[in-house]
Amino acid sequence: MANGYLDMQLLRFTTAGSVDDGKSTLIGRLLYDSKSIFEDQLEAVEQASKSRGNEDVNLALLTDGLKAEREQGITIDVAYRYFATPKRKFIIADTPGHIQYTRNMVTGASTADLAIILIDARHGVMEQTIRHSYIATLLGISRIVVCVNKMDLVDFSKDVFDKIIADYKEMSKHLDIPDTDFIPISAKNGDNVVNKSDNTAWYTGKPLLEYLETVEIKKSENQDFRMAVQYVVRPISDKFADFRGYAGRIAQGFLHIGDKIKVLPSGTVSTVKGIFSGAQELSEAQEGESVNITLNDDIDISRGDFLVSDNTTLPKVDNQFVINICWFNSSPMQIRKKYIVRHATQEVQGLFTAIDFKVDISTQEKIHDVNELQLNDIAQVQLKTANPLVFESYKQNKVLGSLIFVDPFSFETVGAGMII
Amino acid sequence: MTHLNELEAESIYILRETAAQFQRPAILFSGGKDSIVVTHLAYKAFYPAKLPFPLVHIDTGHNFKETIEYRDNLVKRLGADLIVGSVQESIDKGRVKEETGYNASRNALQTTTLLDTIESNKFDACIGGARRDEEKARAKERIFSHRDEFGQWNPKNQRPELWNIFNGKKNQGEHFRIFPISNWTEMDVWQYIYKEKIELPSLYYTHTRKCFYRDGQWLAAEPCIKRRPEEEVVEKQVRCRTIGDITCTGLTLSAAHTIEDIIAETAATRVTERGGRADDKRSETAMEDRKINGYF
Repeated sequence: MANGYLDMQLLRFTTAGSVDDGKSTLIGRLLYDSKSIFEDQLEAVEQASKSRGNEDVNLALLTDGLKAEREQGITIDVAYRYFATPKRKFIIADTPGHIQYTRNMVTGASTADLAIILIDARHGVMEQTIRHSYIATLLGISRIVVCVNKMDLVDFSKDVFDKIIADYKEMSKHLDIPDTDFIPISAKNGDNVVNKSDNTAWYTGKPLLEYLETVEIKKSENQDFRMAVQYVVRPISDKFADFRGYAGRIAQGFLHIGDKIKVLPSGTVSTVKGIFSGAQELSEAQEGESVNITLNDDIDISRGDFLVSDNTTLPKVDNQFVINICWFNSSPMQIRKKYIVRHATQEVQGLFTAIDFKVDISTQEKIHDVNELQLNDIAQVQLKTANPLVFESYKQNKVLGSLIFVDPFSFETVGAGMII
Repeated sequence: MTHLNELEAESIYILRETAAQFQRPAILFSGGKDSIVVTHLAYKAFYPAKLPFPLVHIDTGHNFKETIEYRDNLVKRLGADLIVGSVQESIDKGRVKEETGYNASRNALQTTTLLDTIESNKFDACIGGARRDEEKARAKERIFSHRDEFGQWNPKNQRPELWNIFNGKKNQGEHFRIFPISNWTEMDVWQYIYKEKIELPSLYYTHTRKCFYRDGQWLAAEPCIKRRPEEEVVEKQVRCRTIGDITCTGLTLSAAHTIEDIIAETAATRVTERGGRADDKRSETAMEDRKINGYF
């Protein structure tokens, strides 16, 4: 059994939802049915529910861990929850659904492979359904699964389900929506959550858990090697006197011993001498691995530089960008103000030269003639940096295409950007 | 990639970011399995260079002797620097006041010793082995978690943390707590220990120990815990599921003597590992309250 568990895959997904759509109940059920909730946790939640005068056990108290959240009965911050089945380990980024917490949804979506969007079968597709789908799409989540919940309250009607699918497709057609699947469920009663429900004989797809266990996790289509140098490993010891390793996490593609490598932005070329993971020497490595690379030539490489495959499809090097941005801070984003820009392992100064338009998050309509951005605003802006960055569009590669903005005085993270 | 490879790669990335973004980072080493795994990951992250972090142990003076032995051996093997912050010294200097009574513990006193140690060594980043699955307040904490000049955590105003871009910028006197294994579960930790063949203190395996029973759990019969007259000392086959100091470490009745046994036991258990921690039982938000003040 020990070995059975060792080769599981990891799937990260996000859930966004509001108070009443059953999100907490669904997560509670996934955790409970996969035996990820322990007795003492359940007891503590039962106790806490009782002392708050809740009649039923309030499973939201499992995820709403902060005092303020428990007092107000709302999810404010992103909570990470974990569960595993024999097939996969799952990380849930559970986020609040209300428009005032857009930044938390954006944060949760940034690391997710998949998004679960919940629709109350009685109410159908709502403004927030499309808003959550928009955020998932903006953050490059490659797959959305729409769970039509509370099917028990509409008599498990196929017509209701089909109409919701049609409405969703119609109302989201202006978005660049990725692959989408639909599952009729009742989180409260467990229909189509872990087991296929007899109440929906007309539904031919998988129940949610089986779906999550088997859904394909997309990797980058481009297989060219990309890695930002994080740290230069230089042991000052007799045994490894000449060792100079370039440590980083591979953002894309494969690397083999002997591969030709180009260093960006300098453009210097070398070949791979060794690939290390700890003390272990590897013959190849792939996207997602943290490695330490040695080269055959002694060249000047430091933190922030990129090592890439030396072929014709190189990343771009420039200091002017068009980006999608989400603003996170109560002090507004100002044009021409200097911010610290962090991109991969690089840090530069940057300023916004123009706001092309702001997006109405509820309707996704473009609003022009905007001078500053407020907390939770999403916009397309022009960015200029003091030094060039090595980048690709966010669509091509999330590591090379993502940025955060840091206020130069408070040092808070004030915004997140995705290069177009 | 398997989930363990992916978790390892993420943790190593975080440790390298810590070394790159801070001047004086350190590993908070308790002698428990989580800080042992973090130290192992740090060794892998910088090999063949020496660990760029000293190990900092906040010693309550109430440690199992096995913990201290293990710590000293590990430090020797890695050639690492060890810095010990002594709670006894904080008591002697009048920085903190020792609790009295049957449930007295130095657990809460550690916070002062920890913050004093951070300040006197000018550490600007302290790496810890806390995991988000351990406790509900921890489930909300960032991987790069900011602390103000007073060492306090502000759970209501945490910096958003996106993708794998970490913001370790701070003002003078502030510091960060870094949690490289935030996304690991207890099971992941055990599986990783098994896969990497990591040596652990013998306390994690079954052994015979003099114990007594209090509030639904077994505790070690050691002089640092005052026993009530009716609390009878008996010999039991036990092991530790987590290791804190003696006063707050519940012992599990267990016959597990290999990692495989422990994994099987972990898979079958219906109680969280912190279920045996007296320090969490003091109130519903005990962990959040302690963390706000600067606890691990």
